[in-house]
Amino acid sequence: MAQDRPTASELLAAIADFLREEAMPALDKTEPRLGFQMRVAVNSLAILEREARLGPAADAGEQARLAKLLGHEGTLENLNRELARQLRAGARDEGDAALMAHLDATIADKIAIANPKWK
Amino acid sequence: MIVHTPTEAENVAAVLARVAGRHFGGTATVDRLYRESGGASRQTWSFDAIVDGARHELILRRDPPTLGTPRAKAETDRSVSIDRATEFRVLRAAFQAGVRAPEVLFELTLDDDLGEGFVMRRIGGTAIARKLLRDPPYDSARKKIAHQLGDILARLHAVPAAGLPPLLRREAADHIAGQRRALDLLDRPQPVFELALSWLDRRKPAPTTQPVLVHGDYRTGNYLADKTGVTAILDWESAHLGDPIEDLGWLCVKSWRFGAVDKPAGGFGSREELWSAYESAGGLKVDPARAHWWEVFGTVRWGIICHNQAWRHLSGALKSMELASIGRRAVETEVDLLQLLKSDV
Repeated sequence: MAQDRPTASELLAAIADFLREEAMPALDKTEPRLGFQMRVAVNSLAILEREARLGPAADAGEQARLAKLLGHEGTLENLNRELARQLRAGARDEGDAALMAHLDATIADKIAIANPKWK
Repeated sequence: MIVHTPTEAENVAAVLARVAGRHFGGTATVDRLYRESGGASRQTWSFDAIVDGARHELILRRDPPTLGTPRAKAETDRSVSIDRATEFRVLRAAFQAGVRAPEVLFELTLDDDLGEGFVMRRIGGTAIARKLLRDPPYDSARKKIAHQLGDILARLHAVPAAGLPPLLRREAADHIAGQRRALDLLDRPQPVFELALSWLDRRKPAPTTQPVLVHGDYRTGNYLADKTGVTAILDWESAHLGDPIEDLGWLCVKSWRFGAVDKPAGGFGSREELWSAYESAGGLKVDPARAHWWEVFGTVRWGIICHNQAWRHLSGALKSMELASIGRRAVETEVDLLQLLKSDV
């Protein structure tokens, strides 16, 4: 059965907002070292919030593209293992347009979760 | 994070008073002792030693003895980094050759019971990239740093081999093999890093005919600078012998621009500005394709370091939220790698 609202993403956002707006400024005044750690924690919570919201679709898209690229179904982990083996062996390289389109899409989805400001 | 108990600081202070007295010849008292943040397994302590009314501003670099067990050494995955005794000798050779490096004074002995370590003179300046890149006191320094880094690096690569301790020689092929081993140990499929390593393998430069002293971690964050610019190159623990262009490529990795992405030379200038200063100070003529190769390699290296840092937490070797969170930074280098592999040089 589905959980009630707030969703995982909404709850994580609420926690991150509280820590950023109330806990962090208080810590910066009294315990700067902990203030820095709190900044790391808030940043990690923001990653989790985005992952809760965007992660399932990103994983499904990656898995579907991998199955098409490799020509068979499999778990995300196993398909990635197979692709990684092919890339180490040099069986595919950056000249493969379908490969590059897949990696571009996968990494775009990953960075949108881990650090959307990265450029 | 290791908690600094008062007992540890008191113990360090007592030993430092004794060893400073021994070195300077007199009775020493220790003042303003504190442990600098960062470096959980490799500690840096700042202190003053007062001997016969003279104040000596000093730094202790130290590996606590508990980390000396083979297991702990393996867990911190520092198979490629040098020990403190070797670092002392590399720093001494660099300083004597005129490289802007801290002046090392003396080593700890076994009887001092503080672990492996040495004491060097403290140098002014900050290593914090965010400050150097944005704060007003460094406005004029910012225009000089790219040039200075090129100039200092040429001198560093010219340190005479005769004065150096034995160091591992590591060429392009050794580095590629090392990163593939690291990926295998992490045991998670990494298609982008595999693609980049195969790209690197196919284009790797021939081994150098004359390997030089390579700093190995020459980047923003690892040097001190004040309003006049760079005052000292720090963090020599990755020193080895190899291709001088390795250091130039590593310095230009996008992660070391700390947001100043349009200034590849550590966030302070163009590649061309860096290379021209390097060549003017006696460095090799820089082949852009070779520098690009080392920049791509450096990007892979930092990405895998991110995973290794997270692994230190995940394996239980050193519980730390900060280390854990670094694992999620690896994807930044995957973004950069996909861009780099598409840009022809």
